[in-house]
Amino acid sequence: MSIKTEKLSFYYSQGTPFETKALDEVSIEIEKGDFVGIIGHTGSGKSTLIQHFNGLIMPEEGIVKIDERNIKDKDLKIKLIRQKVGLVFQYPEYQLFEETVYKDVSYGPMNLDLDSAEIDRRVRYALELVGFNVDDIKDKSPFDLSGGQKRRVAIAGVLAMKPDYLVLDEPTAGLDPAGRNEILSRIRQLHESGITIILVSHSMEDVARLVKYIYVMYKGKIHMEGDPHEIYKNSEELKRIGLGVPQVVDVMKALKEKGIDVDTNKLTVGEATEEILKVLRSRQDV
Amino acid sequence: MFKNITIGQHYPVESKIHNLDPRLKLVITLLYIITLFLINKFPVYLVVVVFLVLVVKMSNVPVKMVILGLRPILIIIMVTFFINLFMTAGEVIWQLGPLDITREGLRQAGFMALRLMLLIMGTSMLTLTTSPILLTDGIESLLNPFKKIGLPAHELAMMMTIALRFIPTLMEETEKIMQAQKARGADFESGNLIKRAKSLVPLLVPLFVSSFRRADDLAMAMEARCYRGGENRTRMRKLAINKTDYGAMVITAVYIAAVVGLRIFW
Ligand SMILES: Nc1ncnc2c1ncn2[C@@H]1O[C@H](COP(=O)(O)OP(=O)(O)OP(=O)(O)O)[C@@H](O)[C@H]1O
Ligand SMILES: [Mg+2]
Repeated sequence: MSIKTEKLSFYYSQGTPFETKALDEVSIEIEKGDFVGIIGHTGSGKSTLIQHFNGLIMPEEGIVKIDERNIKDKDLKIKLIRQKVGLVFQYPEYQLFEETVYKDVSYGPMNLDLDSAEIDRRVRYALELVGFNVDDIKDKSPFDLSGGQKRRVAIAGVLAMKPDYLVLDEPTAGLDPAGRNEILSRIRQLHESGITIILVSHSMEDVARLVKYIYVMYKGKIHMEGDPHEIYKNSEELKRIGLGVPQVVDVMKALKEKGIDVDTNKLTVGEATEEILKVLRSRQDV
Repeated sequence: MFKNITIGQHYPVESKIHNLDPRLKLVITLLYIITLFLINKFPVYLVVVVFLVLVVKMSNVPVKMVILGLRPILIIIMVTFFINLFMTAGEVIWQLGPLDITREGLRQAGFMALRLMLLIMGTSMLTLTTSPILLTDGIESLLNPFKKIGLPAHELAMMMTIALRFIPTLMEETEKIMQAQKARGADFESGNLIKRAKSLVPLLVPLFVSSFRRADDLAMAMEARCYRGGENRTRMRKLAINKTDYGAMVITAVYIAAVVGLRIFW
């Protein structure tokens, strides 16, 4: 069970002077249960790639397979794909439209033609997953909520379809640190509850902290892939293609250059603190 | 969905036509429209076609682009064609059930369809070869004389500039929201009329909300930069007539003389 692309290429405005190659022979496989990050400079093709995952863009060159089935199969219902692969767009709060939070979250399940008892169950399930007290929030207007709350409602709108795979495009863009931490810890919980997560971001800090595997995109290609430690080892290359590394990595590298013998392969503040303390202690012992 | 609309779209390449003064292009387009309505004999359209082909050739715009511009109004052309075909009285040449096709009907239908097509292709040459900003500059400048009688030329032009500026943004936004709702299982394409109309609510509400937000932001930004209408504003580009423009004037004059001459003397 996986999302798989084989040599996927895509052009916008093909055959006009505005033609851009947004994807260039992308081949990746994301297994069920994974927690994957896709990072890349702006315009590198991340959003284009993930729109292929649920058939919002149909592959023109190359193949997309969801759970071993080609997305272009004639007898494959596109709604089934949309249900299996939940896609949360950048700034998802802009898609809210109903009078109440409850109605908005039920829009997805309604489109799946479920009965009302099941819809109710799913709306509650989804709102709880993103950390709301259902009865407090359900009758509020989505337009009266704070930015972070709106975004959680929008994510619930996708979760209510009970997707197997959840793709989030820049879920923390434009949020304050508190809102960001809230969303990220919810995402971590979602993964723990068994949903496959694909996180698109250019915030290195977020990605480093959460994901188990990273794809780096550059000019429509998969430029590097590997687990976060491997990827961030290559900080020179990342900087060259317009990406940073987590500040922690930079700090550790700087320490090393100053002659303090720390292991630079630490990605989070927690890991780094321990490493520095360890080195300091061993120095005192000498 | 919106990718195939070329009407009103700018096609940015270098050419003599692109570099013409927008005021001149506006005037020529207006004259071109008038000549279309002066024509009363089929063969005279040949003159128009020659003129149009010349303009398209010189503009470096692919012929395909110009013809694609007809697509959105294809239905209007068809309706016009058939109404004229069946509703014109005269000598019957063919019977199709209760409908009569007359010789005059056929002629009239072809005449109107051709006129419409030439009208659209000609006017779309204006927008294809002129950036929206230049176009509104041109309109403002042409309307200036009417300021004396109280016409708010600058304000009108500014409104048009803003509207034109936001068309692509709105299209993009529409596309984005559509994708987002489709990801939630929305279906904009099937079902009967009522169902389809209903399916637009999840698209239109967010679109309105964001349009108002944008309008607010824009008003604020203009305010912050002390915008206060047209009085005493100077501009970066001054419109000026140059040699190519004189060439265009001569060609247009020849064209108009041909059409008008044929109308009077034939
Ligand atoms: N609707 C569109 N029409 C034409 N070109 C597009 C469209 N959407 C994206 N592009 C182009 O395709 C390329 C890839 O865009 P994409 O949105 O996939 O990048 P991204 O990695 O998601 O960037 P960001 O981090 O800014 O969201 C870019 O060069 C962009 O200009
Ligand atoms: Mg993007």
